[in-house]
Amino acid sequence: MFELIGIPPQALFGQLLLGLINGAFYAMLSLGLAVIFGLLNVINFTHGAQYMMGAFVAWMLLNWLGIPYWGALIITPILVAAFGMVLERLLLRRLYSLDHLYGLLLTFGLALIIEGLFRKWFGSSGLPYENPIPGGQRLPFMFLPNYRGWVVLASLIICLGTWYMIERTKLGSYLRAATERPDLVQAFGINVPRMITLTYGFGVGLAALAGVLAAPIYSVNPLMGSNLIIVVFAVVVIGGMGSILGSIITGFALGLIEGLTKVFYPEASNTVIFIIMAIVLMIKPAGLFGTPK
Amino acid sequence: MKLRDTHIFAGLLILLLLGPLVVYPVFLMKVLCFALFACAFNLLIGYVGLLSFGHAMFFGSAAYISAYTVKVWGLNPEFGILAGTAVAAALGLVAGFIAIRRQGIYFAMVTLALAQMVFFFCVQAKFTGGEDGIQAVPRREVFGLIDTANDLHFYYVVLAIFVIGFTIIYRTIHSPFGQVLKAIRENEPRAISLGYRVDQYKLLAFVLSGALAGMAGATKALVFQLASLTDVAWPMSGEVVLMTLVGGMGTILGPAVGAAVIVTMQNYLSGFAEYVLVIQGAIFVVVVMAFRRGIVGELIGWWQKRNA
Repeated sequence: MFELIGIPPQALFGQLLLGLINGAFYAMLSLGLAVIFGLLNVINFTHGAQYMMGAFVAWMLLNWLGIPYWGALIITPILVAAFGMVLERLLLRRLYSLDHLYGLLLTFGLALIIEGLFRKWFGSSGLPYENPIPGGQRLPFMFLPNYRGWVVLASLIICLGTWYMIERTKLGSYLRAATERPDLVQAFGINVPRMITLTYGFGVGLAALAGVLAAPIYSVNPLMGSNLIIVVFAVVVIGGMGSILGSIITGFALGLIEGLTKVFYPEASNTVIFIIMAIVLMIKPAGLFGTPK
Repeated sequence: MKLRDTHIFAGLLILLLLGPLVVYPVFLMKVLCFALFACAFNLLIGYVGLLSFGHAMFFGSAAYISAYTVKVWGLNPEFGILAGTAVAAALGLVAGFIAIRRQGIYFAMVTLALAQMVFFFCVQAKFTGGEDGIQAVPRREVFGLIDTANDLHFYYVVLAIFVIGFTIIYRTIHSPFGQVLKAIRENEPRAISLGYRVDQYKLLAFVLSGALAGMAGATKALVFQLASLTDVAWPMSGEVVLMTLVGGMGTILGPAVGAAVIVTMQNYLSGFAEYVLVIQGAIFVVVVMAFRRGIVGELIGWWQKRNA
């Protein structure tokens, strides 16, 4: 068996796969944040909690109602998105005319409430979720577990589907127009407030979908969202929120870089994304795909 | 009679001097440390309009430094606190240099991410003691005179530290430098067009805020004889935002009042530890939705309305 700079290829490709999977979650979550931010001008701090809710709802559907993974994959995002839309209607909507920071503070408070309640109900040790497609493929250079392959594939489909919907369909053109000039779009007879609610629901649904995908890989844990969301914020700062495709590429690329760091210098694997963020801010403060305002 | 700042401060100082006669001094010391922390944080959000979501990095790292230097190097408390403050100021210089490149919500995200980086550093570094933190930090004599093993004596030292920090903040806000900061908050392009080097002002405010937050953290570590990961983790950053929001952002006394309210609440709720997060989140939601000016802000509004 050949070796690469002293690293056995199984370890290298194993970590690259883990990095790719982390990157898939970064991409899906930063995509949702970017879509929400584009129209609402709110950084959705609840995003991590909604991702966690996705995993928990899938767990509840399986263990309490006997609905298997594939059903949960469809039902969960709808349920969590509905919850998100209620929050938007009742609370977030009243803050649009104020400084954007209030939206951040409100969603931070909501995240604390949701996380605290789940911690109270389920403890913080985490619950197992059974792998729906056990087994794996033996590739010439590594072993690929079926489920992990599915996650990478599914997240690519989700990301590219979102990109297609926003950049290439009529509905997406409304959305992009409302991002630029909501008053003008409203004057053309499009119900912008309803569009805002649906957009928030869509972003939250994406987070929940990521949560369902994550459930069989990571244990279902009330803290899974808050640890992830801070990294995703750094990803968003690196990519800039101007471009949909940009968020997707940045998410996957940073996941891979993190995976490589685990192989070559494990001590820095927790911090490498933050270090990259600092460097990007020095060189290109608006982010790699952002436009300076 | 016109109510002046000096009258209010004098009244409060008398209350604080007499406080330990009725209230447990350790509790008051905790309030003072967090009040200083919140006032330092408020310097940025209230007077420069920058929301830092990572102030725990200053509070926590200064706590580690003062605990370490006092326990391992055997420094006296005053030098331990100075060392902690200096390290927080240096950290503020580096973090500020990176963070002031963005504004608004991006600034919040960048500071949060930088603080998380500091958190991971503290998890991995040897000298912080990992999950255990630095425990049983000895309480030595301040200036070789005042025995801090006695809670009541130490309380007056902490009060002096708070008054020093608070005075620095008060004088900063009312100096020409503070006026420029407010100008930047209100209209940054205009401040630039008037020839102010906005970035330098922001950076200096960030360093000052970080250093004073560090002073609060360093003192807190000596009061509780403990520096741990809690001090440097993101919920601590959220807590100081909450204190300032509850008391009133951009008011001089608001953050101190907010700190007193939240610390008192935590004290009474210690039996419901699992609900603390939920209650804090609920307070965030209620304050943001219903009274954004905070306790002191609402009081000032009420007072002005009455005298109008």
